Amino acid sequence: MPFGLLKYGLSNEYPAKHHFTPSRELKKHYDVVIIGGGGHGAAIAYNLAKYHGITNVAILEKNYLGGGNTARNTAVIRSNYLTESGVKFYSESVKLYNNLSNEFNYNVMMESRGQLTLAHSDAAIRSFRWRAEVNQHLGVRSELIDRQTIAELVPNLNMSEDCRFPIMAGLWHADGATARHDAVAWGYAKGACERGVELHQLTEVEDIQISKGRVTGVKTNRGRIECGAVVQAVAGASSIVAKKAGIPLPIHCYPLQAMVTQPYKPILTPHVSSPQVHVYVHQTSRGEFVIGGGSDPYPLYHTRATLDQRESLSAAALELFPFLAQARMLRQWAGTTDMTPDYSPIMGLSPVENYYLDAGWGTWGFKATPICGVTMAELVATKKVPELIKPFELERFYRFEQINEAGATAASH
Amino acid sequence: MKLLTCPLNGPRNIAEFTYGGEYHPMPDPNITDTRAWAEHVFFHDNAAGVVTEWWCHTASSFWFLAERNTISDEVIRTFEASELFNQRIDFVATNSKEGKL
Repeated sequence: MPFGLLKYGLSNEYPAKHHFTPSRELKKHYDVVIIGGGGHGAAIAYNLAKYHGITNVAILEKNYLGGGNTARNTAVIRSNYLTESGVKFYSESVKLYNNLSNEFNYNVMMESRGQLTLAHSDAAIRSFRWRAEVNQHLGVRSELIDRQTIAELVPNLNMSEDCRFPIMAGLWHADGATARHDAVAWGYAKGACERGVELHQLTEVEDIQISKGRVTGVKTNRGRIECGAVVQAVAGASSIVAKKAGIPLPIHCYPLQAMVTQPYKPILTPHVSSPQVHVYVHQTSRGEFVIGGGSDPYPLYHTRATLDQRESLSAAALELFPFLAQARMLRQWAGTTDMTPDYSPIMGLSPVENYYLDAGWGTWGFKATPICGVTMAELVATKKVPELIKPFELERFYRFEQINEAGATAASH
Repeated sequence: MKLLTCPLNGPRNIAEFTYGGEYHPMPDPNITDTRAWAEHVFFHDNAAGVVTEWWCHTASSFWFLAERNTISDEVIRTFEASELFNQRIDFVATNSKEGKL
């Protein structure tokens, strides 16, 4: 109605709806405390509130909503993994992503543009054939394609045979996609807050109280809270937080750097990655080329950017897309990745009763956000570990049953 | 360019080195149970602060130790492994049940 709009425009109050909980005092008791207000934490809270009726939930975030690795990842969604547990898990996540905007009634800008992984050697072709077979068997769209098909899919790719690593074949994953990473966290947090979940930003957990092997509360910089259960979803700080609960983890934190160019008109549709030259490139809907690669060579908690990484990423990106030589870099940044020995996450029960782990998210956390919310919420609500995440429990390391996920990172395998 | 000082070769570009993991003493395999052994092999302290860790100068294959701050990325000092490993360790195989998988 034009009158409504006019009234709104002339109003001094602007009755804007708050998406998230306005700041308020912490309650004395919550049924569930979620440490970490990123995509995962918000997704777990959303699912607890919407599908399990558990709304006395607090998300405690030491900084601001979605400001950690949710903001720093390069927003790649795919499920062409190699292990059965991995493919099943991530393909459920891709399905949930496809319906996420409807689920929220909030646009997460999901775009299924496909993902292409390049093979520059016979060994890579063999491993891609293996991956394609595993993927197809589990209902994921993934196939080996030849040079001509690659050239048709990505016309600006350097298909020259006169370079150090000529492209020989590719693994085409039509389900590959991207979405607006901030919107995913916002959508989940909005939906959770509308159902009664409290989001407390600038609230840092300083200690975790455990009595008789069971978590009873947390001490924050804003006071103590009692709680029935705790979920930690703090990618990049998992070891530090778990240590407060006395839980050792098989994690090392490495920075993972990425950078973006100035915006160009849309010329690159799929996401292109090359394990050989350690780089992946895709063009955002804003037009910027996102360039990412492998982790830094040694562990660090700092998120500085290095010239070394910029040089190697640029060299590799130019090998694939020579026209980028003209591009100017807008920014370069890093996120802190929880690397596990087997490139799989650590989800589920912990040695402390009612303390649940959502950790070890290395370079595969963003794409798992929706399924992580569903499965972790089910675990917290029913206390039964869902089949889909059973293989990822912490206990696997004690049984020497790692899940060697060689398809985990697009750029370093 | 970031420099790391190799106790054998002096200050070199850090790109010449390979990170070798946290230093923590190996438990005696003969008296360590499977759980503790798994923790020794897979689990890490992953501390935010000053840590002691293994590094190798790749070109000369020289292994040494470094104290480094994992928040600021400052290397406090590097030193030869002989500083910590100053006596010979002899492992004697036994048939202890606990040591077996």
